[in-house]
Amino acid sequence: MSDTPIAPNTNRLGLTKSEYGGMPSTMCKGCGHDRISEAVIQAAYDLGLDARNLIKMSGIGCSSKTPAYFIGKAFGLNSTHGRMPSFATGAHVANRDLVPLGVSGDGDTASIGMGQFVHLLRRNARMVYIVENNGVYGLTKGQFSATADRSSPSKRGAHPTEEAIDLCGLALELGAGFVARSFSGDKKQLVPLLKSALSYDGLAFIDVISPCVTFNNHEASTKSYTYQKEHDVHFHDPTYVASFEHIDVEYEEGETRDVRLHDGSHLLLRKIDRDYDPTDRHAASRVIDESRSKGEVLTGMIFIDIAKTSLVSSMQMTKTPLAMLEEPELRPSRSALEKVMAGFRF
Amino acid sequence: MPDSIVNDFSLRIATPNGTGSQTSNLIIFRALFHMGLAPSSKNLFPSNIAGLPTWYQIRVSPEGWQARRENWQVLLPLNPVTLAADLAECAPGTVVIDNADMKGVEESIFEGFIRYPVPFDQIARDGISDAKLRPKLRNLIYVGVVAELFGIPEASLRASIESVFSKKKAVADINFEAAMLGATYAREHLQKKDPYRLTSAEQTAGKILIEGNDATALGCVFGGCSVVAWYPITPASSVAEFLIGHFARVREKDADGANRYIVVQAEDELAAVGMAIGAGWAGARSMTSTSGPGVSLMSENLGLAYFAEIPVVVFDIQRVGPSTGLPTRTQQSDLLQVAFQSHGDTRFPMIFPTDPKEAFEFSCAAFNLAEHYQTPIFVMSDLDLGMNLWVSDELEYPEAPIDRGKLATDEVLAKSAEWGRYLDIDGDGVPYRTVPHKTTDPRTAHLTRGSGHDEQGRYSENPEVYARNLDRLARKIDGTVDRLPAPIAHAGEGSGLGIIAFGTTDHAVREARAGMDSLVPYLRVRSWPFHASVADFVRNHERVVVIEQNQQGQLAQLLRIAFPELAPRIDSARYYGGLPLSAAFVRDAIEERMVKA
Repeated sequence: MSDTPIAPNTNRLGLTKSEYGGMPSTMCKGCGHDRISEAVIQAAYDLGLDARNLIKMSGIGCSSKTPAYFIGKAFGLNSTHGRMPSFATGAHVANRDLVPLGVSGDGDTASIGMGQFVHLLRRNARMVYIVENNGVYGLTKGQFSATADRSSPSKRGAHPTEEAIDLCGLALELGAGFVARSFSGDKKQLVPLLKSALSYDGLAFIDVISPCVTFNNHEASTKSYTYQKEHDVHFHDPTYVASFEHIDVEYEEGETRDVRLHDGSHLLLRKIDRDYDPTDRHAASRVIDESRSKGEVLTGMIFIDIAKTSLVSSMQMTKTPLAMLEEPELRPSRSALEKVMAGFRF
Repeated sequence: MPDSIVNDFSLRIATPNGTGSQTSNLIIFRALFHMGLAPSSKNLFPSNIAGLPTWYQIRVSPEGWQARRENWQVLLPLNPVTLAADLAECAPGTVVIDNADMKGVEESIFEGFIRYPVPFDQIARDGISDAKLRPKLRNLIYVGVVAELFGIPEASLRASIESVFSKKKAVADINFEAAMLGATYAREHLQKKDPYRLTSAEQTAGKILIEGNDATALGCVFGGCSVVAWYPITPASSVAEFLIGHFARVREKDADGANRYIVVQAEDELAAVGMAIGAGWAGARSMTSTSGPGVSLMSENLGLAYFAEIPVVVFDIQRVGPSTGLPTRTQQSDLLQVAFQSHGDTRFPMIFPTDPKEAFEFSCAAFNLAEHYQTPIFVMSDLDLGMNLWVSDELEYPEAPIDRGKLATDEVLAKSAEWGRYLDIDGDGVPYRTVPHKTTDPRTAHLTRGSGHDEQGRYSENPEVYARNLDRLARKIDGTVDRLPAPIAHAGEGSGLGIIAFGTTDHAVREARAGMDSLVPYLRVRSWPFHASVADFVRNHERVVVIEQNQQGQLAQLLRIAFPELAPRIDSARYYGGLPLSAAFVRDAIEERMVKA
């Protein structure tokens, strides 16, 4: 396979960006989710990703509809509300060569799906897990979700009465090896994070603030475009360099951290105004907590641990995907049954 | 000394749970099997780790019947807590082997029984020097007493003990010595005054000893299952636990010694079935095993598997409901729940194994059915079959090859002008399935969904498209009878009364029929939806009685739904106390109806 584009406006597979597209979106005009779909398309195009090796997984809700709107050449499974982690885990262990790209929402993950989400984090199955986080239930017309800040009222002025869940803080607490947060309006940050997630052998979690233009983009909302632009804090600018690309980014010694990912690619993090070590779990927890209490939204590569072992790697499984095994490999011989029977005869 | 009753009695052992008595009971059971007898065992245990009362019933009969016998002829009331109640349940003349060292027991409560008092505590203190081992080893003393009193040869006892402690010769030796303490005491101090005797027999040729869940697990290995996701629940846990062992020993490893399977213990049943369905969607043969409460949780995701047409096999080892119910007792009460579970119009084919041999065969066959019909298949076992030890015919190597069903391969797509994941190309309601990396034509890629979809798998709210899809699904499920296990007819006399039963009820029904003057025709149903021959059987009798282990007559209800014109002929006799069904119950139910007829 060539490492360089074959023709103008094509990637290393010779595909144009539009070939990574999907059906027309049915989201509201201006919805943050569409920007995330665009970022996914961009990341897949840039990586020269073979759509046949990707499976799109989702639950229920606005966000979970979006896999229909990107990478139409990939198979996908739009599952049940909050249960996508289990379907994705099952599909991946059945065929370890398939990388699940999961799309969920704050309702789908932080409320109904919390049980499966926390265990997915513990289990560390390889998968990209995106939460398109807008603080509301869109399809059911604007109820608060569990990530809605108590200080953030609804359009009618009512405030949430329960504490908001910080999904990145939770992911860190549960031992996730890839924790990032981004903003649907910040493609420059989101695309390299998505590419890094796709290169990560384990559960890569990205919480993407994605304003709901219909129900939660008003002045007092903490999940609005305006709020995000005013309160977004990041410590570094990410650049992703694929394994087939050359690192030609110029940087000064001590200014950039180089994280080498499982597939040989690099995530370069250029320092902005203070040093931040994304491989320090304690530091990550501390800054998340600090930024939260200041009303800031910390985005970027919050924590990464590339030494963690993914589920499939820890299970001593055959390299051939289980789904590809046929009768000779699956059904033991007559003599094997005879041997088992001998043990039951007595 | 009355006339001998040979190889035809039941022994009930009452002990506190968690004291190690299970090993002793198993030793007696296996020793009988070693004698060539086909005993039956019913473990009536509590939902508890240690302390609550538990009973173990071992039965021998000349025919080797496996059903529970309602009365017992020999009792070992070794649990002080239940002593009085245990004795109160016994008929006069029952043989009672009691612990003479039990304090504060009125002698009068033994009146009317054939009593063999044995000072178990004293024998243990005098004979077992190691105080640490004594609590467990003392249970072997009653094994020796039973062996001596009823005639289990020393060789069979030794063989049994050695098989139970197969890898530990020294442990087997001290256990055998402990048993001999009891045998010696009985020989020297007990005068035989009851009629019950055991002699060697020829009932075990071609037979094995196996638990139903063990056979179920083996069926998964030979059926080609490679992904297992489960959550612990009584009485289903041992399916996955046996499977882990069988996978490791029997499923051939690859050249690198790596596993060709994965077993994941999920966080709950929602996730267990979600993983199994996800794996089925991606092309692996997958299963989950559970019981009623687990099925309740799984239903939502199974609805998706039904509507999106994803293969998966679910083993329901039924226990007593509703709710938590009686977790360690048996019932056949999940039929209606399973058949139409999840919201919307659904149907889930069910298979009813009756013994370990069928547990193995049906387990194996379920994976072919699931992939052929691209739908969840339920294997409806129960606690009686799953967790008791059975004398079974040997398991036979599956003859049917692994059938992956219709796949949308490049060859299929080349022949077909129009393509759609849910397009009924062959007119049997079964579409062509897609599997990532296997079905490689770019047209096969689509987003599988539980929302309304057209033949191409695209989201659709069109009323005609929706109805057409639902009708095709109905045709597909109707068609499953072509491959589901057919009913088995046992001929009888007359066209008045007929019996219908399924699953473990069969054992009691066959025993009851054998003991009756006139042979009542009997049809054993082995799957749902029903075959046409089930309707024929009902039609050919003035009245049928469905014998089942639930309160609502669930199979009878399914029959009435399937054959409404025959509904007035369908009667049911229901036992739902949670103990394995007895022939006596069946006999009474039939005789009562024959008198009426």
